[in-house]
Amino acid sequence: MPVVVIFLSVVLAVMGWWLLQQRLTAKPWLEEGVIGQYDGTGSMSMPPAKIAVWVLIAVIGSLFALLMSAYFMRMGYPDWRPIAVPRVLWFSTASLVMTSIALHGAKRAVDTRYLPAVKARLIAAGFFGVAFVICQLLGWRELTAEGFLLATNPADSFFYLGTGLHGLHVLGGLIALAWTANRAWQKFAPETLRLNVELCATYWHFLLFVWLALFSLLTGYAQEFGALCGRLLT
Amino acid sequence: MVDVTRGGIESIRPAEVPDVELYHPHSWIEKYVFSQDAKYIAIQYSITALAIGFVALVLSWLMRLQLGFPGTFSFIDAHAYYQFITMHGMIMVIYLLTALFLGGFGNYLIPLMVGARDMVFPFVNMLSYWVYLLAVLVLVASFFFPGGPTGAGWTLYPPQAITGGTPGQEGGIILMLVSLLIFIIGFTMGGLNYVVTVLQGRTRGMTLMRLPLTVWGIFTATVLALLAFPALFVATVMMLLDKLLGTSFFMPAIISLGEQTGHRGGSPILFQHLFWFFGHPEVYIVALPAFGIVSDLIATHARRNIFGYRMMVWAIVAIGALSFVVWAHHMYVSGMNPYFGFFFATTTLIIAVPTAIKVYNWVLTLWRGNIHLNVPMLFALGFIVTFVNGGLSGLFLGNVVVDVPLSDTMFVVAHFHMVMGIAPIMTVFGAIYHWYPKVTGRMMNDLLGKFHFWVTFLGAYAIFFPLHYIGLQGVPRRYHELGEAGFIPPSVATLNAFVTVAALIVGFAQLVFLYNLISSVFRGERASGNPWRATTLEWQTPETPPPHGNWGKDLPVVYRWAYDYSVPGAKEDFIPQNQAPVTKPA
Repeated sequence: MPVVVIFLSVVLAVMGWWLLQQRLTAKPWLEEGVIGQYDGTGSMSMPPAKIAVWVLIAVIGSLFALLMSAYFMRMGYPDWRPIAVPRVLWFSTASLVMTSIALHGAKRAVDTRYLPAVKARLIAAGFFGVAFVICQLLGWRELTAEGFLLATNPADSFFYLGTGLHGLHVLGGLIALAWTANRAWQKFAPETLRLNVELCATYWHFLLFVWLALFSLLTGYAQEFGALCGRLLT
Repeated sequence: MVDVTRGGIESIRPAEVPDVELYHPHSWIEKYVFSQDAKYIAIQYSITALAIGFVALVLSWLMRLQLGFPGTFSFIDAHAYYQFITMHGMIMVIYLLTALFLGGFGNYLIPLMVGARDMVFPFVNMLSYWVYLLAVLVLVASFFFPGGPTGAGWTLYPPQAITGGTPGQEGGIILMLVSLLIFIIGFTMGGLNYVVTVLQGRTRGMTLMRLPLTVWGIFTATVLALLAFPALFVATVMMLLDKLLGTSFFMPAIISLGEQTGHRGGSPILFQHLFWFFGHPEVYIVALPAFGIVSDLIATHARRNIFGYRMMVWAIVAIGALSFVVWAHHMYVSGMNPYFGFFFATTTLIIAVPTAIKVYNWVLTLWRGNIHLNVPMLFALGFIVTFVNGGLSGLFLGNVVVDVPLSDTMFVVAHFHMVMGIAPIMTVFGAIYHWYPKVTGRMMNDLLGKFHFWVTFLGAYAIFFPLHYIGLQGVPRRYHELGEAGFIPPSVATLNAFVTVAALIVGFAQLVFLYNLISSVFRGERASGNPWRATTLEWQTPETPPPHGNWGKDLPVVYRWAYDYSVPGAKEDFIPQNQAPVTKPA
């Protein structure tokens, strides 16, 4: 389970770092007094929704880290037949990269308060997001046409499970994107829209990150990289 | 020395917080059924969890009847017995304890204790309850499904969980897995709320180090749950695919009932890793809120500030972090690398250090305290004793060489019931007696409460102490009938009958508790807003039970930590957290 242990170490390190800023060594029994007399009396300055998205990212990250851990454990068995990843998945990867870029652009456009640019970039993000899902489905179709079904080999099972779970999270991202776009069209309130767009962008960057990790695992690049690290360490 | 008077000069005006963001119900249904108020959601969670918990209690009677008097009850055949133990375990761990501590106490206490009007995302919070209810209903549905609920044992180990011959493998196991998936989705919605509310919903002056330990316990447990439940989620999805679509994540090539199944090459050990990666943090998901609640009960009812508050907080965080690196101690007999076992035995024993710190601090809080032996305090003391007992047998099981002969015996059953069955349930009862006046505005009956405590406490020991002995004799767990086994002395049968009688008596005491719980709503003595004279914010609400929005116009401002009991020089033996200090003359 090294993947999930590394992932959790990162999460715990972030939480530990945050906790260390919270004056955990304070002696509260001596600190009777008014606000402002001591540090750390207020809440964090982040909006609640932003924290919620980061917490959600940690939860979903944990899910995929565990899936990848299971993948590594399972692939060590002799009956593992690595899958030939359909070429269309390169297009879906490119689409997801474009979605992230478009959303990053939308975030910057909100800052300049130029609404048409925000709308255009949100549309572009939606377009590439849908394109990603279509490419993934085409990839599935290609594999099934070649006879690699869900239960053919454990590698196939993991392929469908990983891409399926990721796809479901992408669909969730599309819903959030549609909701944000709806806000942009209905009423232009830069402050709230900025938060919506920013959170959308954060989530989609995360989806891209997960996909790149998953994709490198499915194509075998991650294993080669791991082997290289292993050789360097020994 | 601090000179304090009640209602001292406020050095800062409470912020007038507009409640425009608060959701206001428009109809009876919105207020009481699809409520977005965390307090109603907490009550809904609690009632549902207690109701399904009583089902699990009845199941435990049935399995005890079989163990105590084998063959007497014809309707408890081997299939039914396995179904009873499976559902008893799963319901108690997930649907009762997790839901009650986090969904019930978390929802009620977090907003009140941190001085918030409500959870940060009330709609998602409401959704969380209804999704949880759906999970419970799916679980209950499996009782009525052809073939009945699953009898795979609460750990649901493959391959037996989904192969022929195991009770409920037709539909029961599918409903179980689907119910778990729904539960996890519902919990994630609630968990997001608890975490963000603690981080962002705290009122002015409420630093992290001024939080009551209850909030620290629930907060840390929620973080654990959010990170650990995905492991169960992944395992459940994979097992569902194995069952329904013929994949081989966990299923090896196997001959079932004389026929070769379509599976090949799956790894049952992979399931065990995933399951226990969730399963061990789960122990602390249940224990950490109990730790926190007990700390508050003891401080309040012994009228002493909690000893070593900082250490208590650090210990909670340390236990939370360590709980992620001990999971394989549940798998010592799975054929793992001995070095692996050595590593996990070490981490397991290290976790005893922060846990022991907590126990010492509770005892030192009681030391020279003004102990009021009322019902919440009795249950809190019961928790400490039971937790220490269960923890000590954990030291045996945490060591590989001692665990191997004890593995899968009744000793294990006795250990985990003491440490994460009886101990947390003691806290649940203590907490219910403690916060009942705030929730309903009435006290629970004291005499019935004491009866409930003594029968439950002594009864629990009458049940589980003998089980240690029975386990040491080598009696395996999960056996429907022991039959003729040369190594089992006759005393085991006698003891088993004794344990069954004790279990039935303890069960009866829970009915008395149920009666007290319901009848006190109508007939209980009326309680003041702060009957225990406690310092924490939930007792300082303008009205009891607190109305929607909790605080009226102004949110409270916090000036001190949560444990100012028996402060020298103070007029009363407690100073509420929101009481301003007196400015000293220059």
